[in-house]
Amino acid sequence: MKVRFWGVRGSIPSPGQHTQRYGGNTTCIEVRSDDNSLIVLDAGTGVFPLAQELLRQMPVKANIFITHSHWDHIHGLPFFTPLYIPGNSVRIHGAYDVVSGRGPDQVMEVQLQYSYFPVREAEMKAGIEYETLSINEPVPVGDATVTPLLLNHPVVNLGYRIECNGKSVFFTGDHEPWLNIYAPEDEGYAEFQQMVDMQQGQLDAALKGLDVLIADSSYTAAEYPTKIGWGHGTLEGNIAWARRLGVKKLVCTHHEPTRSDDQLEQAFAAALASSDYEPGKPGEPEIMLSREGLEIVL
Amino acid sequence: MSALTPELERKLGMAVERMPAFPRSVQKILELTRNINCLPKELVAVIEKDPVMTVKILKVINSAYYSLPSKITSVSQSVVYLGINTIKNLALGFAAVGILPRMNAAGFDIQRYLLHSLVVAGVARQLATQFAKSEADPGDCYIAGLLHDFGKVVFAQFLAEEFRNVLEVSAVEGLPLNAAEERVIGVDHGVVGALLAKRWAFPEHLVNCIRDHHHADAAPSAMMDCLRMADQIVRLREIGDSGNPWRETEAVAAPGRFGDDIMATVNAISGSLDKIVEDAQMFAQVGSEK
Repeated sequence: MKVRFWGVRGSIPSPGQHTQRYGGNTTCIEVRSDDNSLIVLDAGTGVFPLAQELLRQMPVKANIFITHSHWDHIHGLPFFTPLYIPGNSVRIHGAYDVVSGRGPDQVMEVQLQYSYFPVREAEMKAGIEYETLSINEPVPVGDATVTPLLLNHPVVNLGYRIECNGKSVFFTGDHEPWLNIYAPEDEGYAEFQQMVDMQQGQLDAALKGLDVLIADSSYTAAEYPTKIGWGHGTLEGNIAWARRLGVKKLVCTHHEPTRSDDQLEQAFAAALASSDYEPGKPGEPEIMLSREGLEIVL
Repeated sequence: MSALTPELERKLGMAVERMPAFPRSVQKILELTRNINCLPKELVAVIEKDPVMTVKILKVINSAYYSLPSKITSVSQSVVYLGINTIKNLALGFAAVGILPRMNAAGFDIQRYLLHSLVVAGVARQLATQFAKSEADPGDCYIAGLLHDFGKVVFAQFLAEEFRNVLEVSAVEGLPLNAAEERVIGVDHGVVGALLAKRWAFPEHLVNCIRDHHHADAAPSAMMDCLRMADQIVRLREIGDSGNPWRETEAVAAPGRFGDDIMATVNAISGSLDKIVEDAQMFAQVGSEK
């Protein structure tokens, strides 16, 4: 299995001289199973350079898995050029949104409204299908399986565990570890904490034996207190999580759009230092920042 | 016990989807959500005091979509799964439906019904803590109390004429309300509440408790004991109005657990009772009635 990063930025595309090393495109990760089946995790602006690459490999049979419907995870979708070419097939998977009562078909419908985009879905000539996923129910894609897990974000967000011939990778999408809504002195604190611990325990159990963890690491631990409830994780929190899970590799992604490459490296180095990270020590995961073009072979 | 026709059950189920929530919670939700930093626990505190909002949240979380290993009975647990922002937006959606009018064609006062349900919920939770430790979950008992009479609001809203008739028969003939419902409508509010709860995949013990709370011969449970005793205490103290007054001839519920002197149980929880009543009155916007 191969994983390639095409977009690593959170919230909004951030091109410019200060983001050249890691890249300014928003989330898009290409995963190729051993039999070369194509899984695309999210369709941020990173999906556009991926699309251009795919035009050299026609016909395209793509399985796009949307973690959630916030702009930075979908706004490249109408520019996924294989959608316009007859003979291609694109299957878009995603969550059922309990607030709107709609599945992933809503994502394109909203984006292709007349005032906002010139092309109608009927004019896209590829075979397009939508699949609303059930939580915890694996979906086969070629020789891989993709299992959606329910995570914590201001809109329903599915993390995807991809398994192929004994190797596995998990991408969180946007995720803030569950937290107690009560203060320790409140009556409901203990009961809520129990539920939070149970939820985290269930996720950890579902990630047993994981090789590569790709996690939303938008903030530093120091920044987090002013961002509680925004639905993102921290570098330090994910380092601890990766150690707890015993994964081989942690890739920190969804970089803050305001962070320059230098600042990103500084924040990362500080997080590693404060976590007493010892690279190469037995049992210690390999930890890295995602960047456009990064490829991981499992 | 008779049953509803499937057609009527379906109609009532769909009607509840469009049922507005209680005025106070709608107002509070709109007020709280104007502030982007509103505290999640404050939202939860409002939702869990409103039977309509609670029913709608539990319906979502227990739906097949989430296929959770065990059924959920609490609003705060739903927050863990759905996330507070989704809960907030669902609540805003419920608020946008409008508000339940205080008076309906049945002549059933929903504010005083809310007060009754809130106090029964609080008292049932307290009784579970004091009298059924490790046998019944206090949170489950709260939900059972909050929703035990949900069938009555459904009647009042959607079978108003029949329910008006029920209230009259019960008052004039001194008949327990559930008996009057069975005679006039064919089923009592417990059966209707339970049918809906079952339709929404609520946990079985909650469905049973709602269905059987007026049926003395139903399978006993600690949760049922606490619910029935709470209901009696609240009617005895004339707090709120369930449309069914306490009658001297009524047998005291669950004497095996609470003894046969209801006043002894009232005294045992008296420290918490005043606070429960006061909080409920404030929320239901119904002042002291005695």
